[in-house]
Amino acid sequence: MDNAPMTSSATGNVRIEHEIGLHARPSVKLTQLAKTFGSRIEFATSPEGPWLDAKSIVKVMGSKTPKGSILHFRAEGSDAAAAVQALVALVERDFEPQADA
Amino acid sequence: MTSHHTKISTGNVGIVIVSHSPDVARGAADMVRQMVGDAVPLAWCGGAPGGGLGTNVEAILSAIDRAWSEAGVAILVDLGGAETNSEMAVELLPEERRDRVVICDAPVVEGAVMAGTEASGGSTLEQVRSTAEELRAR
Repeated sequence: MDNAPMTSSATGNVRIEHEIGLHARPSVKLTQLAKTFGSRIEFATSPEGPWLDAKSIVKVMGSKTPKGSILHFRAEGSDAAAAVQALVALVERDFEPQADA
Repeated sequence: MTSHHTKISTGNVGIVIVSHSPDVARGAADMVRQMVGDAVPLAWCGGAPGGGLGTNVEAILSAIDRAWSEAGVAILVDLGGAETNSEMAVELLPEERRDRVVICDAPVVEGAVMAGTEASGGSTLEQVRSTAEELRAR
C-alpha cells in the first residue's frame, strides 16, 4: 500500500574483527552512522535473526556481539544500499574514522 | 563546587550530568565526549558549594544554561538530592524553557552515553529520554 517509488532493500554481512567485539565505542559509532540514513536498518548475528534496530544504541550495545561474529545487516528505504554499504565498511575498517580521500 | 562546559551551538538536544561527586560528573562527561563526539551540547556539575560531596540548585541551573539547546536538555542524575535539586532547578527555569528540560530515570554514566548517542543523531528530547530510560527496562 505505502510502496514509495524509490523504496528498495539491501542486505550485507561482515565479520567483526574488533578485539573485544561490539562494545561501547563501536556500538556508538555504528548507531550514529545508521542514524544518518533514512532507511529502516536492522542487524542480526544470524541470518535467521532476531533482527534488531541498528539505530537503537541500547539494542546495539545490548547485543554484546563478540569478536569473530558475522554481523548481518538489512535495510529498507530509498538509501538502503548506501546504508548497508557504509555500515559494512565501518566494521571492515574496525570502526576507525573514515580516511578522507 | 566545580563545573565545566564546552560551548557548542547545535540543534541537538543538550545533556547535563549531575552527580554528588565532581569526579563522577566530569568522568561521565568525558565518556560522552570521547564516545559520542562534539555534536551534543554537554555540561556537568557536582559537589557541594563548600567542597565535598553534594549537589546544588544554582550549579544545576548554570549547567542547564551551558548545555542549552532549542531542542531541549536531558538531565542525568545519580542519587536522591541530585534528582530533587534538579527538579527544583527545572522549576526555577524561565517558563519558556521549563517544558524543554527532562530528568531521565536512568543510571548516570550509562544513561549519559545512551542519551548522548541518541541526541547526536538529531533525535527529539522525548526520544533521547526514552533511549536513556530503555536501559532500565532491560
